[in-house]
Amino acid sequence: MTEHLPALQVVIPLLAAPLCVLLRRPGAAWGVYAATALASLAISLLLFARTFDGGTLRYALGGWPAPFGIEYVVDAVNVLPLLLVSVLAVAVAIYAPRAVASEIERPRIYLYYACLCLYLAGLLGIGITGDAFNVFVFLEISSLSGYALIAMGRHRRALLAAFRYLVMGTVGGTFVLIGIGLLYALTGSLNMADLAERVPPLYDNRALHAALGFIAVGLAIKAAVFPLHAWQPDAYAESSSAASIILAGAGAKIALYAFMRYAYGIFGGELVAEVLPLGRVLLLLGVVGMVLGSAVACFQTDVRRLLAWSSIGQIGYIVVGIGLADPAGLRAAFLHLFNHGLIKGGLFAVVGIVLLRTGGTSLDHFAGLARRMPGTFATLLLGGLGLIGVPLTAGFVSKWALAQALIGAQQWWVLAAMLASSLLALVYVGRIIETAWFREPPGGKAAPAAPGMSATVWMLALLTLWIAVDSSAIAGVASHAAQTLLGGAP
Amino acid sequence: MTEALLNPALLMIGGGLLLPLLRDWPRKLFMLLLPAASLAVLIALPDGDGGAIQFFGMTMETIRVDRLSFIFAVIFHIAAWLAVIYALHLKDTLQHVAATVYAGAAIGAVLAGDLVTLMLYWELTALSSVFLIWARRTERAYRVGMRYLIIQVGSGVLLIAGIAVRYVATGSVDFERMELAEPGALLIFLAFGIKCAFPLMHNWLQDAYPEATVTGTVVLSAFTTKLAVYALARGFPGTEELIWIGAAMTLFPIFFAVIENDLRRVLAYSLNNQLGFMVCGIGVGTELAINGAAAHAFAHILYKSLLFMAMGAVLYRVGTIKASELGGLYKSMPWTAAFCIVGSMSISAFPLLSGFVTKSMILTAVAEEHLWVVWLMLLFASAGVLDHSGIKIPFFSFFAHDSGKRCDEAPLNMLLAMGFTAVLCIAIGLYPAPLYALLPFDIDYNAYTTTHVITQLQLLLFAAAGFAVLYRRGWYPPEIPSLNLDVDWTYRRFAPAVWDSALRLLATGRDRVLMPLSSFALRSATRASTALRPNGRIADAWTTGTMVLWTAVLLGLFLLASLMR
Repeated sequence: MTEHLPALQVVIPLLAAPLCVLLRRPGAAWGVYAATALASLAISLLLFARTFDGGTLRYALGGWPAPFGIEYVVDAVNVLPLLLVSVLAVAVAIYAPRAVASEIERPRIYLYYACLCLYLAGLLGIGITGDAFNVFVFLEISSLSGYALIAMGRHRRALLAAFRYLVMGTVGGTFVLIGIGLLYALTGSLNMADLAERVPPLYDNRALHAALGFIAVGLAIKAAVFPLHAWQPDAYAESSSAASIILAGAGAKIALYAFMRYAYGIFGGELVAEVLPLGRVLLLLGVVGMVLGSAVACFQTDVRRLLAWSSIGQIGYIVVGIGLADPAGLRAAFLHLFNHGLIKGGLFAVVGIVLLRTGGTSLDHFAGLARRMPGTFATLLLGGLGLIGVPLTAGFVSKWALAQALIGAQQWWVLAAMLASSLLALVYVGRIIETAWFREPPGGKAAPAAPGMSATVWMLALLTLWIAVDSSAIAGVASHAAQTLLGGAP
Repeated sequence: MTEALLNPALLMIGGGLLLPLLRDWPRKLFMLLLPAASLAVLIALPDGDGGAIQFFGMTMETIRVDRLSFIFAVIFHIAAWLAVIYALHLKDTLQHVAATVYAGAAIGAVLAGDLVTLMLYWELTALSSVFLIWARRTERAYRVGMRYLIIQVGSGVLLIAGIAVRYVATGSVDFERMELAEPGALLIFLAFGIKCAFPLMHNWLQDAYPEATVTGTVVLSAFTTKLAVYALARGFPGTEELIWIGAAMTLFPIFFAVIENDLRRVLAYSLNNQLGFMVCGIGVGTELAINGAAAHAFAHILYKSLLFMAMGAVLYRVGTIKASELGGLYKSMPWTAAFCIVGSMSISAFPLLSGFVTKSMILTAVAEEHLWVVWLMLLFASAGVLDHSGIKIPFFSFFAHDSGKRCDEAPLNMLLAMGFTAVLCIAIGLYPAPLYALLPFDIDYNAYTTTHVITQLQLLLFAAAGFAVLYRRGWYPPEIPSLNLDVDWTYRRFAPAVWDSALRLLATGRDRVLMPLSSFALRSATRASTALRPNGRIADAWTTGTMVLWTAVLLGLFLLASLMR
């Protein structure tokens, strides 16, 4: 049984989706989704236990051997993304019953859970597959279910947001497909490990450069890398609270993981950083993204939009780490990918609680709430400090790693931009905190917080706290991941 | 690991976080006992490094007890305890938590054995203290607090950057004496400098402290800057640049303090001036000078707290702290007035009071190194202190032109806090030996030599007599305008015309140059930020066409770049 774990990681959520549709009853659909999420988490943890010290698991799907059949690969590179997705999926499962009951019309609830299962299957599939084309398939699965999840938001505006995301997501998906097509035409292979061996002799081939370009731009759209980010604030802000946790926490991160896998696992660091200027382009985009994203966040009046723009800034850090193209940079990118995913997921969960309680997500709805819900807002404070990168938060762990990488690479301007962006983060986090603690709350009525929702928030907050205090395991995996990627073979 | 937990700082911080669970008198009792318990732990700690924990592969020495850190930790505990008494009447849980955590963080920073631990507590002081400003709960306090926070965290960010550079270059995060030329040392120096309110980096202090709550300012005034003084004394003793920075710090705030109307802001400027003496002492770097800086920090925390407590009590009872609206309050608040005068005399370094026995050490150390220019600057600054803190503060609030305001005496707990502090100020002045025994280096120093006393008395009496004569003759304007308040009669004897026009220039400069400049800067900033606002060009929802266009541009540029290669 245990040797089938890599396949089960994807198959279980994929099969759970039609089950939700067949069962139709909201409670039953939730049960299926919750069981799926828990199973995914259990499998991710088992896989983590086997690979965190640098080992690799390979699984030939259907018994077809690697270069011909589809292969699933679990190694240090993808255990962190897989773990992030499953943890957030469980968080959504605990969070969902109350949030969904108040935000989604009852007849549609089973569809909502079915979409969540599909989305989960898509993200986990991107994470686990060792086949270049398979990535595209799962990318489309996650995207299509993602559009549906966003479209089920509270307002009719959600439809527009979903449509805009759909257009951009499709462009991105097509770009990735074109890139894979070029790659296949050049090498005749789709297996990542196999590709990594066939690509280096072609470093002067223009079609290969075009393939890299298409894949890079396509995944950059999915990851909301500045300036291809414009679909993202609307999409995050208009989706329902439960879905926003995993959309904002894991959606873009998995695209960034895929980007790293393609760029370094297949094309190789030499092509990315030396033959072509992609590394420098990424540094530039990352810097602009982290400064502008944080700056725009400072002016937002809707907290979900604020957090969405903050994500654009935070993704800039990861992009910078990727752009450095050295072990320290990739390590920082992996760490921030994981830590920021947990932090942002937790923050969106807090916003969902506020939405349930006050009926809105603008800053005004946060006024004085911290005094009524001190526990929930303690986690918001923790997450906010993490976004700034204050010491003893998870955000600091990854920013410290990134700062060391930047100093090692002598990228002083990027370091300065990163510090400036941290100060901007201080402003937008400070605004929320000041409003929540010191403004007078508007009078009277307030629904009590749901225990499940608070549990989610606390679970994510304690996880980040744990990473902040003892980051050795996560940091170790990130180091292995960086070495594995730059060593060549996936 | 368990050893690392037995840390006064963690005790204070943990205790502070428990405060919301308690109510009424158990909480008051707990708050009063907490600093005492923490101090007991500090005294019980063995000398030397301890509390080692592993972090990111670095060994952190979270506790280092030696004579330099011990004296600062002791005075921080005393200050925290006095502040608790002063704030005992307050029901605002948030302020109590913030103040306790803030004090704990400052103690932890002083006890930090390595730079990473220092940085952790350094950031915590910034983050916890801002709540004391925001707790005023006004729009203005929010903006001031945000400015304060950005600058404080900016200092922390510089510190992190400096530590990272240092770590990458040397592989060590030890917190020992550094040379400015070492890698990362300049960044660390700047980080300390911001928190120490070096000239041109000082504005946050005068901006933020007067805007904090009544009790918050008392707490704020004790820790942040003195933590920076400690850090400088530990990291950069004998760095020559500090002598001149310190001397400049003693001088320039005087002029601003003279034209300031908000009395708590006057105190903030004078805080800056007092820090200058300490920084100067650290720059000189001899044993006597470092002792002087540490001793002056000790005494300074007490009398500055006392002054802020007195002004806080006035603000609490009267509701304003503008010099032009106060006066004659000694009838209503005789005790507060008396304590305030003790504080004023201490800060002006009257013999028999605490400021005298500590400041004279720095002056002597400067003289021993034959730095006569610096010595004269410090001497002039000492006269300035008498003017703006020694006379202006008590005179305009409690005496001068009677404003007709009548109010109750300060609450009992405030009076008690002020009383204890005043007693300490006098005790140190009368019997400085216990303080001297605490100092980082063994000394045999007597402040009460004939020369010291005579010099200081001459300086003080001369300045005070001038003030008195002018006031008797009625040359003092009965109605006090909001600005240009303190047309300083002592100096008028020497250069009336120069002084007058200098003041006028300063005032017009502020109105004619700085105001338009700042409003211009504001307008430009607004214009630049419109794009970032919710409906601005960048932040508003882009059309699908724009989004796709950017995609095409990016792909095109990339393909072009690979072609041109």
